[in-house]
Amino acid sequence: MSYRTTAARIVAFAALATTSTASFAATEISWWHAMGGRLGEVVNEISANYNEAQDACQLTPVFKGTYEEALTAGIAAFRAGEQPNILQVFDAGSATIIGAKGAVVPAEDLLNEAGAEFNIEDYIPGVRYFYADANGKMIGMPFNSSTPILYYNEEALEKAGVSAPKTWEEFEQIAPKLVEAGYIPLSQSHTPWIFAENFMSRHNLPFATNNNGYDGAEGTQILVDQDAIKMHFTKVKEWLDNGYYNFYGSGWADNQKPFQEGDVAMWLGSSGSFGGLMQSTDFDFSATFLPYWESVIDEGAQTFIGGAALFAMSGKSSAENNCTADFFSYLTSPEIQYMWHKETGYVPVTNAAYDLAKEDGHYDRFPAAEVGIQQLSLPSQDNTKGYRMGFYVQIRDVMRREFGQIFSGEKTADEAFKTIEEEANKLLARFEKTSG
Amino acid sequence: MKRVQFADPLMPYMLLLPQLLIVGIFFIWPAAEAVRSSFYLEDPFGFGSTFVGFDNFTDALTSSDYASTARFTLVFTALTTFFSLSIALLLAVKADSVIRGASTYRTLLMWVYAIAPPVAGLIGVMLFDQHIGPLKEFAGLLGWDMQIGVNYFDTAFCMIVIAVWKQVPINFIFFLSGLQSVPKSIQEAAAIDCRSGARRFWTVTFPLLAPTGFFLLIINITYALFETFGIIDLVLKGEPGNNPITLVYKVFLDGFRGNDLGGSSAQSVILMLLVFVLTIVQFRLIERRVHYN
Repeated sequence: MSYRTTAARIVAFAALATTSTASFAATEISWWHAMGGRLGEVVNEISANYNEAQDACQLTPVFKGTYEEALTAGIAAFRAGEQPNILQVFDAGSATIIGAKGAVVPAEDLLNEAGAEFNIEDYIPGVRYFYADANGKMIGMPFNSSTPILYYNEEALEKAGVSAPKTWEEFEQIAPKLVEAGYIPLSQSHTPWIFAENFMSRHNLPFATNNNGYDGAEGTQILVDQDAIKMHFTKVKEWLDNGYYNFYGSGWADNQKPFQEGDVAMWLGSSGSFGGLMQSTDFDFSATFLPYWESVIDEGAQTFIGGAALFAMSGKSSAENNCTADFFSYLTSPEIQYMWHKETGYVPVTNAAYDLAKEDGHYDRFPAAEVGIQQLSLPSQDNTKGYRMGFYVQIRDVMRREFGQIFSGEKTADEAFKTIEEEANKLLARFEKTSG
Repeated sequence: MKRVQFADPLMPYMLLLPQLLIVGIFFIWPAAEAVRSSFYLEDPFGFGSTFVGFDNFTDALTSSDYASTARFTLVFTALTTFFSLSIALLLAVKADSVIRGASTYRTLLMWVYAIAPPVAGLIGVMLFDQHIGPLKEFAGLLGWDMQIGVNYFDTAFCMIVIAVWKQVPINFIFFLSGLQSVPKSIQEAAAIDCRSGARRFWTVTFPLLAPTGFFLLIINITYALFETFGIIDLVLKGEPGNNPITLVYKVFLDGFRGNDLGGSSAQSVILMLLVFVLTIVQFRLIERRVHYN
């Protein structure tokens, strides 16, 4: 063994020993998330940067599969007393985790106890209250947040000589021209989220009783058997029959792909899809707000966020909770939010981060990247905060099934929405009993 | 005859203990737990629960969705079992009569057996993919606009084809060895009595294959009911929508995706009873008609 390699080994050993003592001294916290692929890489990057930035806490992110798998893994771990410090839970699962009294430490309390600054007004309007309780206390820390917007192929619209529609009435006028130009005018990737949940918010219509479910699970009933949404679905079915719209099943990617390939001129997807579209399309595209029916509301209202939030699990030592709070502060700092926004296309959750992105000229370079946050920043109204319903994953499954039957012509919108309301209310009544 | 006995009367129980422990921990305990939680509606985190008696069962059994899932499961199981058995039998009979290059044919026919189920499912899903699937395109040439994931019938068709394709090789191996154990002398005697090969097959060979066939029937029904789970999940890409699903997949959806522990436990108890009844029916009624010697 030469002198040089021996020396190198000693140095390496010493370095290893110091890092391991350093991490031994630090409080270790864990973060279970559901961010795969590129998103997972960014999560790892943020965690590594956080560990680099301070010595007191050591954060370990763990990928747990899909949103549903992450939640189920978190629940199983909680019951075994092995829960992570931070669990990422998606929008549809929020009633489950918030409804379980004592499973989580509210983000607001966590930050206040750790002495960190917290002001809910710092968060952009559409983000603020989705993961909050009835009193407006923030329970989950909004993390990857997006909202449905309309992407359009600029070449396709130019070829047809039309501009992007602001309302569904306008869409009906331009659709035939797009068909003539050889395109399928529209597809969308998440029927319950875009055409039901955010349809209600965009038109400021109540989606459930009890203040859209926020006032508690007791007696909450869904309100989908309404004229406006039934009219919308009757129209969508008409569009499908006329070739103005095409439905490629319940899978997200199956509906996005034809847009990327240039077959479909306009696609309703997530503002968080922006980063992926930039990489996968070879035509110029842009984006605009989710269209609304002028016959229902004069000016489209705000939409709310989809995506997921980070929940601080209970049953942890205060040292660990302080680290979790510290990480939440780090995560919501303008620089990190801006980096997350730029890398992934998810919206920055705080006003400060939004301002930073504007100052940096991000939206001059990519105007479409701003559409989601603008739509989330429209003035709040009564029914634009979101919804809180239990067993919502099953309710979405019921919706997807019934919507599929409207599209296939097996049911009319009237019949389908009657079924959705009946089955969803049964599920909600069952959920009410789970809290005992 | 002299009876052989253990010197220590406890010895046989000690020898059985490991097996009993495994059965107890991995079967009896979870099954008992499922029965218990089927009577409750529970917060998945374990903070609250309400005893609801048979509500979970009545909710499941009275829902129209559950009924249509059960109907599909029945049709799916019947078709998958029928086609995997009959195609395998046909292939086995033909392969049995091949003399030149027999081992090559047989290896090729068993090939799929070596593919892991999820991989087989993935290959199947890709073959039928909406955007790039060659089988979808082939169906298009025949004038069939196949839309997997959109059209109920097309999705069901795709699931059954993949499930059958994956199961045929296993059945083939068993049928082939069954055919090879039919004594030559009986076949020759039959050949003297009857010239029609088909008739000889149905009257002589087929009854001799019955024990193998009965065994495979049970295996295939179990396969179609329970083990096709992975294929169904892959075809649906995790989003059932307006597509057919089987009862087992629904247990998974409600329990693991939707965190409805009580509801999915009740459904799994129903399945347990179904399997129980099925097993009794199979052994009581069908096995009586099967002659092993």
